[in-house]
Amino acid sequence: MPNTIELKFWRQDAQDTPGYWEEFSLPYQPNMNVISCLMEIQVKPVNKAGKTVNPVIWESNCLEEVCGSCSMVINGVPRQACAALVDKLEQPITVKPLSKFRTVRDLIVDRTPMFQALAKVKAWIPIDGTYDLGPGPKIPPQQAERMYEFSKCMTCGCCMEACPQYSQKSEFIGPAPIGQAYLFNQNPTGAMNKDERNHALMGVGGVADCGKAQNCAKVCPKEIPLTDAIAEMGRETTVQWFKDLFAKTK
Amino acid sequence: MAKFIVVGGGLAGLMASIKLAEAGQEVQLFSIVPVKRSHSVCAQGGINAAVNIKGENDSPDLHFHDTCKGGDFLGEQPPIKEMCYAAPSIIFMFDRMGVTFNRTPEGNLDFRRFGGTLVSRTAFAGATTGQQLLYALDEQVRRWEAEGKVTKFEGWEALSVVKDDSGACRGLCAVNLSSMEIKTFPADAVILASGGPGQVYRQSTHSMVNTGSIVSEVYQQGADYGNPEMIQIHPTAIPGIDKLRLMSESARGEGGRVWVPKKKGDNRDPKQIPEGERWYFLEEKYPVFKNLVPRDVASREIHHVAVDMGLGVGGQLMVYLDLTHIDKATLNRKLGGILEIYEKFMGEDPREVPMKIFPAMHYSMGGLWVDYERKADGFLDKQSPKNQSTSIPGLYAIGECEYQYHGANRLGANSLLSCVFAGQLVAPAVQSYAKAKKEAAPASAFQAEEKRWTERFAKIQAMKGAENPYALHRELGELMVANVSIVRDNAKLKETLTKIDALMERWHHVHSVDDSRWANHPMLFINQLWNMLELAKIITLGALNRDESRGAHYKPAFPDRDDTKWMKSTIASWTSAGPKLSYRDIDVSLDKPVARHYD
Repeated sequence: MPNTIELKFWRQDAQDTPGYWEEFSLPYQPNMNVISCLMEIQVKPVNKAGKTVNPVIWESNCLEEVCGSCSMVINGVPRQACAALVDKLEQPITVKPLSKFRTVRDLIVDRTPMFQALAKVKAWIPIDGTYDLGPGPKIPPQQAERMYEFSKCMTCGCCMEACPQYSQKSEFIGPAPIGQAYLFNQNPTGAMNKDERNHALMGVGGVADCGKAQNCAKVCPKEIPLTDAIAEMGRETTVQWFKDLFAKTK
Repeated sequence: MAKFIVVGGGLAGLMASIKLAEAGQEVQLFSIVPVKRSHSVCAQGGINAAVNIKGENDSPDLHFHDTCKGGDFLGEQPPIKEMCYAAPSIIFMFDRMGVTFNRTPEGNLDFRRFGGTLVSRTAFAGATTGQQLLYALDEQVRRWEAEGKVTKFEGWEALSVVKDDSGACRGLCAVNLSSMEIKTFPADAVILASGGPGQVYRQSTHSMVNTGSIVSEVYQQGADYGNPEMIQIHPTAIPGIDKLRLMSESARGEGGRVWVPKKKGDNRDPKQIPEGERWYFLEEKYPVFKNLVPRDVASREIHHVAVDMGLGVGGQLMVYLDLTHIDKATLNRKLGGILEIYEKFMGEDPREVPMKIFPAMHYSMGGLWVDYERKADGFLDKQSPKNQSTSIPGLYAIGECEYQYHGANRLGANSLLSCVFAGQLVAPAVQSYAKAKKEAAPASAFQAEEKRWTERFAKIQAMKGAENPYALHRELGELMVANVSIVRDNAKLKETLTKIDALMERWHHVHSVDDSRWANHPMLFINQLWNMLELAKIITLGALNRDESRGAHYKPAFPDRDDTKWMKSTIASWTSAGPKLSYRDIDVSLDKPVARHYD
């Protein structure tokens, strides 16, 4: 059994300063994950060279892979740091912030564009109100299970990181919001407003910008079949295009 | 139009924001994390409502009785009654919002069993119900945000409330987690929905943000705190270095069985231990409720069997939770999310091998004291400004950070319900409160609060002592887990209070650790740590004073519930000389307290 855990963290002191690697060597304990390594550094913020440094700053919350906070690129793969078990990782473990979003400090990035994209595709059911209007529509169990797969999306950004078409500069909306547009189009009430969601995914930056690399579904920590949603939304937007054309000529 | 501040973007805070926006009010919503990442996502098993879809004669009255009894008759009965009656409409609201609840073959909402009741009352979305409900409200808030009615301040930590000369709350002071800017925000009322204090124990099922810091801060500013000693230890968690992950009660609701080997020190692979050599101790001791006794009962029994009798798995406080007799397709459909968590973190498939689980700090029934206004029929006057109001005028509290719905023990799947219900109830209350015209708050009150925090952080940043704040936090957690947990003893509680005082002294000698002026989270943590120490003190003191056993509070030296002396809420008030405890009568007129049996 090894005596130490060797790690390399990407450090960046502020938004506009250059980054650098910093190495740490921690005493080995079984069942560690990348978050518990970061916690050890908080207790003893000393790097491998023996120098006392500022503890590495990161973002996390639930630590059980349901909140989506702690996305990092670990040994080259975007994933949740809480579920990245040291015993299963090759060392030195390299940990970087997601590159497709603005770095705030060290491992913290600003994923605001993802939440803005959810607003753009109107990823919600436009209910009449929260007052008592009785139950919603009956839904076959198979359909509910299919929708549940997509409703587990944590907006963690792993799919966006892995997507070759998505970047801070490109206009492509990215896989996660397309998956959510698909989800709400499936809901019987949500389907009443599917035109709005379809329009948000047509044209520049829309679903047609997908390069079909299929990386998104591969890295999704919740194993959401994002490529199915992209294919389906591709079809829906095409149908929408003809529908719009027909409405215009009529 | 009035302006309201909501602190916390979990279920309670989001529900309050939606109700206020719907009423045409302006809302500023503060959250440390993007609201979609709030701790509500960790709730797994479901949400209770007596919809009675399985023909079991369930009713809101039965739900009400189960909740009062589950809480060992320490809950305030009128708000509990109102909540249980509102529950079905809450489920239907989520249904219309598109929550992907599990369905019956006919396409209706499915319900399952949970602890402390004999009927199927729990609606669920796989085993990630909290996540699904939170997302539904997050989506609706985003819709209101797009319409300009809700403004989010994500990445801001609430530090304190701003009070005027009369002692009323007139706004909030908060700090930006990146720029470290300290700023005050005026409001007609402030609603705290900031969650529980799990980080006081460090090793708990709570999330990282659940320090209870802002609650502790307003307690120090004069808000009373109710039943601090009532801390729920969940019987089934998974061990971990960074956190104790929850294994939902729904595992037992779907038929999971708890057992230990009958023979002490039996180290065989659990699958090799024949049926006759296993002790299903909950089923034997509680033939009616079996594995679905309330959490306090299950945790105590696990502790008794594993520690007192020495039958714990591997000689530890650990038992088996067995699902291997249930077919895999059913398990995946109803419990998939939590089985994945176990598999991922423990490296074993719980569909094949019995899970190893142990009790862990999970929920605080206690929290900020809040008021309510009852009518003669036992229901609430829903327009009253008293509902959910703390003892600081203009400051309201909802969700896990308040004390009134769960008494001495919370029933599983009632927490999501109480969050959403209180979020609905608080909206008319603050609007009624805001109708009474007040003079504009003096600018000096806001300036003074900004100055206080600027100076406090400057002081923290200048601290260069020998203590590491995170190491102190670990010591605090270990102390609380060891002594203020399932079994409580007065000598140990007294010793714990002395040790908390010693930690508070050592806090003054911490090292500020991080010298940055940008996103300096260690500096904020040092402040949170002090606030956690203040909470630890009232949790321990409340436990020391209450010489009886009730719900989650169990003292072997005082094994019985003592209604004559202790059917009262503990009220902790902050003074510069230390916490002062007093006791307040509770309204138990709607469901007569009875002996609490589950066998």
